[in-house]
Amino acid sequence: MNALLATLLIPLLGTLLMAAVPRCRIAGWINVAFAAATTLASVVLALEVLRDGPLLSNGKFFYVDAFNVYLLVLTAFVATTTAIFSRPYMDHELALGRVNSRRMRLYHAMYQGFLFTMLLALSTNNLGILWVALEGATLATVLLVSLYRTPESVEAAWKYFILCGVGIAQALFGTVLLYFSAASVLTVPEDGLLWTTLHGIAGQLDPTVMSIAFVFLLVGYGTKVGLVPLHNWLPDAHSEGPTPMSAVLSGLLLNVALYAVVRTKMLVDGALHGVSNTPQLAGYLMMAFGLLSFLVAGLFLHRQRDIKRMFSYSSIEHMGLMTFAFGLGGPLATFAALLHMTMHSLVKSAIFVTVGHATHIAGSQAIDKIRGLIRTQPTVGWGLLLGTAAIAGFPPFGLFVSEFLLLIATMQSWPWLTVALLSGLAIAFAGLFRHIHPMVYGNQPDGQQPVKANMLPVYLHLLLALWFGLAIPAVLAQWFDQATQLIAGQGVL
Amino acid sequence: MNFAQFTLQEQGVVILAALVLFASFALLAQTRIIACIHAFAWQGALVAAATAMVALVANQHHLYVSALITLALKAVLIPWVLHRIVVKLEITREVETVVNPALVLLAAAALVAFSYYVALPVEKLSTLATRNTIAISMAVVLLGMLIMVTRRQAITQVVGFMSMENGLFFAAVVSTHGMPMVVELGVAFDLLVATVIFGVFFFQIRQSIDSLDVDRLSRLAETSELDEPQEERE
Repeated sequence: MNALLATLLIPLLGTLLMAAVPRCRIAGWINVAFAAATTLASVVLALEVLRDGPLLSNGKFFYVDAFNVYLLVLTAFVATTTAIFSRPYMDHELALGRVNSRRMRLYHAMYQGFLFTMLLALSTNNLGILWVALEGATLATVLLVSLYRTPESVEAAWKYFILCGVGIAQALFGTVLLYFSAASVLTVPEDGLLWTTLHGIAGQLDPTVMSIAFVFLLVGYGTKVGLVPLHNWLPDAHSEGPTPMSAVLSGLLLNVALYAVVRTKMLVDGALHGVSNTPQLAGYLMMAFGLLSFLVAGLFLHRQRDIKRMFSYSSIEHMGLMTFAFGLGGPLATFAALLHMTMHSLVKSAIFVTVGHATHIAGSQAIDKIRGLIRTQPTVGWGLLLGTAAIAGFPPFGLFVSEFLLLIATMQSWPWLTVALLSGLAIAFAGLFRHIHPMVYGNQPDGQQPVKANMLPVYLHLLLALWFGLAIPAVLAQWFDQATQLIAGQGVL
Repeated sequence: MNFAQFTLQEQGVVILAALVLFASFALLAQTRIIACIHAFAWQGALVAAATAMVALVANQHHLYVSALITLALKAVLIPWVLHRIVVKLEITREVETVVNPALVLLAAAALVAFSYYVALPVEKLSTLATRNTIAISMAVVLLGMLIMVTRRQAITQVVGFMSMENGLFFAAVVSTHGMPMVVELGVAFDLLVATVIFGVFFFQIRQSIDSLDVDRLSRLAETSELDEPQEERE
């Protein structure tokens, strides 16, 4: 319990401190320190949950089980490594004059604020608070997307704000409907938004109202996941903001939104089970949206001219794959989806860190302008190459394992869809490598100089992805299995 | 449903709900920005009044608090902030051209009918006297979206967004007598922060494109990227 409070309070304190202290030269270090302390607290929390089972706080406000505890650790960890990268990166931007010290203050305060909202969204037991926290995450990041104040970045931020605002308003309507159907069953309607309560009475909830609620919730949170056709904001917001923001948006925020969808899916499945003609309505919807996003994003990869845009389409593609896997249901697919979530977060944030250094070397985000990285600075070049190989699903990296498991699960229940999955993977692979190849190997332009790069986060993340690809540690495998049991009803181990 | 069976106060709720919907139509048809903001303030006040009326009918004391928050936020504070921004940006006299206004209003009417259709199973389940206004709250949400789609000025889009929020709040009030207090406070807080950020944005947009016409924000469209090479970004 104390560990949980520490996990939430440290970033909140960080937000207030960073906002209060003007013109701080060591703000970057303080940012790292706060994020690292949060990670430490979340690891302690995870050990507690692993030892004692699910944790329900007094007053039932927080609930931490196997599903969200690993996401909490992952979120805090990636936020820490990204903070390590962000310090020299933002100093470089300051030196270039793209930001001033006032905006740096905003940046650091909002970095911590964003971390806080995501951890709150993950740990709360109240679906209403989950909504509030996810909207809070948008609000915290929207001014960071427009941090550079270029016309493009202002446009991207406006789009992000409006589209996500409208999208997530649908989710609030869905939440109201959820509360409504719970209130007509419960004697104490105030508990009607608590996930633990709802999960207990899921079988008694009205199936029709729950189906309507799920459609609204899927559209709402799906906007934040970046599902096609609601994905328009995502490439813009990811490409125009500072690169550390792209890393945490892609690696973490999308996960949290998907987490919200899966939580509500579990309720709807419970309500529709055995009483409706289509008990898998939620799963079918998620499969359709997921597959569409996966294929469309893979095709869009081919026509990108901006390196950050390209990798944000790759994020849409992977989120589509996870949504599809959760929709497919069943222990194997769910296990694959959970593993994929972790691997994608680690690898994608590593890629964005590398891309940040690459754009500093080339002085541009345009793919045409980035050439010969491996000659100019081998560490960055290799980082980009290995990261892209990992994200494309090459063995022996972890994403290969999760995609392979998903393919097996698909073959068991929907054999024809494996064709779509395999061709989608091939399209995405081709799309990534046709752009990456010249960037890494091409002739370096005259006078291109290496920059001061901290590649520690990148290699740490890639090493983890490699480790999980070769042998998932027993503790972690058991952890995923517990989460799989929660979501799919039975484990795979 | 039989209106004659309703008590006077219940009839009051229904009439106020109808007026909230009417305010949505007024927002949709209004082309002057200032008038739009005023219509939005009226809608906020009507939602607050309806909430207070529901509180009276159902004897739910916490709804009085919600009504007060709504009145302060949606009828006074947000319209006042928007009004000040409009004055500061010197666009008080600006009139917006809506393409095909008749078609937009017809679409709005269709959306209202659609909401009644979707809300049918929900209403069947409810035992509250206010259940027939659930469809209205949903219509207000959808009309808010329609406003955002048909308008090009950043400020009117924000008004549409806030009007949507009105619909959501109203839905919670009439279907379940309001969300739990902690959630309602959280939503209100988010809305407050959103208002501040919107305010910041108007100035940023104005600075970058010298106008608040968001149609001109089109540098990032996926199609233009292939047709004409973008100027180099540093």
